[in-house]
Amino acid sequence: MGGWAIAIHGGAGVDPNLPEERQEEAKRVLARCLQIGIDALRASVRAVDVVEIVVRELETDPVFNSGRGSALTRKGTVEMEASIMDGRGRRCGAVSGLTTVKNPVSLARLVMEKSPHSYLAFDGAEDFAREQGVEVVDNSYFITEENVGMLKLAKEANSIMFDYRVPLPVIDGCSGSAGSIVATVDDVLQMNGLPISIYAPETVGCVVVDTNGWCAAATSTGGLMNKMNGRIGDSPLIGSGTYACNLCAISCTGEGEAIIRSTLARDVAAVMEYKGLGLQEAVDFVINERLDEGKAGLIAVSRNGEVGYGFNTNGMFRGCATEDGFMEVGIWE
Amino acid sequence: MGWSIALHGGAGDIPLTLPPERRLPREAALRHCLEIGVAALKAHRPPLDVVELVVRELENSPHFNAGRGSVLTTNGTVEMEACIMDGNTQKCGAVSGLSTVVNAISLARLVMEKTPHIYLAFDGAEAFAREQGVETVDASHFITPENIERLKQAKKANRVQIDYTQPIKGQTPQDTSGTTGDSQIGTVGCVAVDGDGNLAAATSTGGLVNKMVGRIGDTPIIGAGTYANPFCAVSATGKGESIIRATIARDVAALMEYKGLSLKEAAAYVIESVPKGNAGLIAVSATGEVTMPFNTTGMFRACATEDGYSEIGIWN
Repeated sequence: MGGWAIAIHGGAGVDPNLPEERQEEAKRVLARCLQIGIDALRASVRAVDVVEIVVRELETDPVFNSGRGSALTRKGTVEMEASIMDGRGRRCGAVSGLTTVKNPVSLARLVMEKSPHSYLAFDGAEDFAREQGVEVVDNSYFITEENVGMLKLAKEANSIMFDYRVPLPVIDGCSGSAGSIVATVDDVLQMNGLPISIYAPETVGCVVVDTNGWCAAATSTGGLMNKMNGRIGDSPLIGSGTYACNLCAISCTGEGEAIIRSTLARDVAAVMEYKGLGLQEAVDFVINERLDEGKAGLIAVSRNGEVGYGFNTNGMFRGCATEDGFMEVGIWE
Repeated sequence: MGWSIALHGGAGDIPLTLPPERRLPREAALRHCLEIGVAALKAHRPPLDVVELVVRELENSPHFNAGRGSVLTTNGTVEMEACIMDGNTQKCGAVSGLSTVVNAISLARLVMEKTPHIYLAFDGAEAFAREQGVETVDASHFITPENIERLKQAKKANRVQIDYTQPIKGQTPQDTSGTTGDSQIGTVGCVAVDGDGNLAAATSTGGLVNKMVGRIGDTPIIGAGTYANPFCAVSATGKGESIIRATIARDVAALMEYKGLSLKEAAAYVIESVPKGNAGLIAVSATGEVTMPFNTTGMFRACATEDGYSEIGIWN
């Protein structure tokens, strides 16, 4: 017990038909970002700095739904959000509605440290980004060809979801061409009302306990494919998508509305604090008891150097490591 | 058991020397809103409807920091936010960054009921308001002379002022230790439970005087300023940044559920754990209890229960 620990995720709710090459690619990115966090922890970097560094990497890589590679709004644009929380003092920062900021998690950090507030959004957040001189790019930078295709499919799926027997477009991951299979809606794995083949697993996150026993968490996302403009999900909401205190740190992913309704991240810490559950017990409890019909996953660390995760979705892109040399990257159960 | 209702018009450094011309209209507004809420509960309206209609009344009153009477951003504009939550289903709706919608709380309810989402903000929320045909007006409707003056004072003092009842004419308020002289008021809210234990909470605000454009506070954040589940319904007020980090509204319910505390014990514990001068809350439980603790100088508040008890207050 004791020592540092780190966990990262790249989203929960994975297409069971995801081609092998895509799975390998995702695991490579997870391993790389995990290693960055491990190296920082070995160099005694503080938890809140480590989670920021790691989430920046996850944002920059287009493989996951955050920063570059974000899911698109119904207008085909990108609106990103993020939050960060330092368990030491429970300071927090959050941003929503970013359209040009290259690394949302870093702007969230600046909100925490350089503004009198905890949460800035849309035009006000973009103005603050310019005041702070963070790197900004054109909105098109964040948009990938694959997500443009996915948005089209999501729009079609949303409009035909009410038929009981629907042709379902399936993407061939390599060539990007669409085949089709016929299935009933009931047979289909869904997340947020979209067939899982179209759903973009939401969000990236990192939780860390450092060599001093301090915990921190950070979460970043482009949000829900085909979301209404102005829609805010769980990722920037302290207590829902992100939470850290002196006991633990949590980052969630999945159906944002379900995570918010159940204040998932705070509840892990609350059952540890108020019911005395251990970390993995607490994780299992909230995943099993708090989500009702909702689908989500989360990663967590405790101040004692433990790491845990749980999900009731079909898979969650994740990685974790502890000071004693344990390291794993995974997607499925 | 039986119905209960509580409402607030903000917690903060309300000076004990608040002159009658500033105190009486607020007490009258609290009384009026309480009567409306009680009448609705007696008529067996669901608590979700009750909290919405009470908060609409509070928003329409220019005396509180919500809807008309909202404090101003650093640009002199109004950006309103609100949140509503149903205890049984834990469905919720939230909005931020509204500048033309007359009743933010009603738009929050529409987000909950008419979209697959929970939270809409700024341009997207304003566009949704128009799609839904809710009442919108020119932004100037919400701006009152007092708030223009408060913004001027806050800019002069170069601070983000959470107090909106700071006397305009330079009268000094009671000093509370640990604050920088900024008192903390803002927000309106209502919580209600009917005789069957159905709970609901609603909160609405203009935010902080001189806040940065785009600043979001605790009010629309589920678990921070607003929360309801089968145990209780909570609406908080005070320093938003403190309420967020302490997940105040969720914690009251969590203490009841996970530690078996009563409503009063849970609410008192949560308020005591927040730095003095930072917060207040109103809460009702499924069994009809009501509590209104605060660690600020005062909190504009009112409550009533089916057995005939009622109370309107500002200070202790």
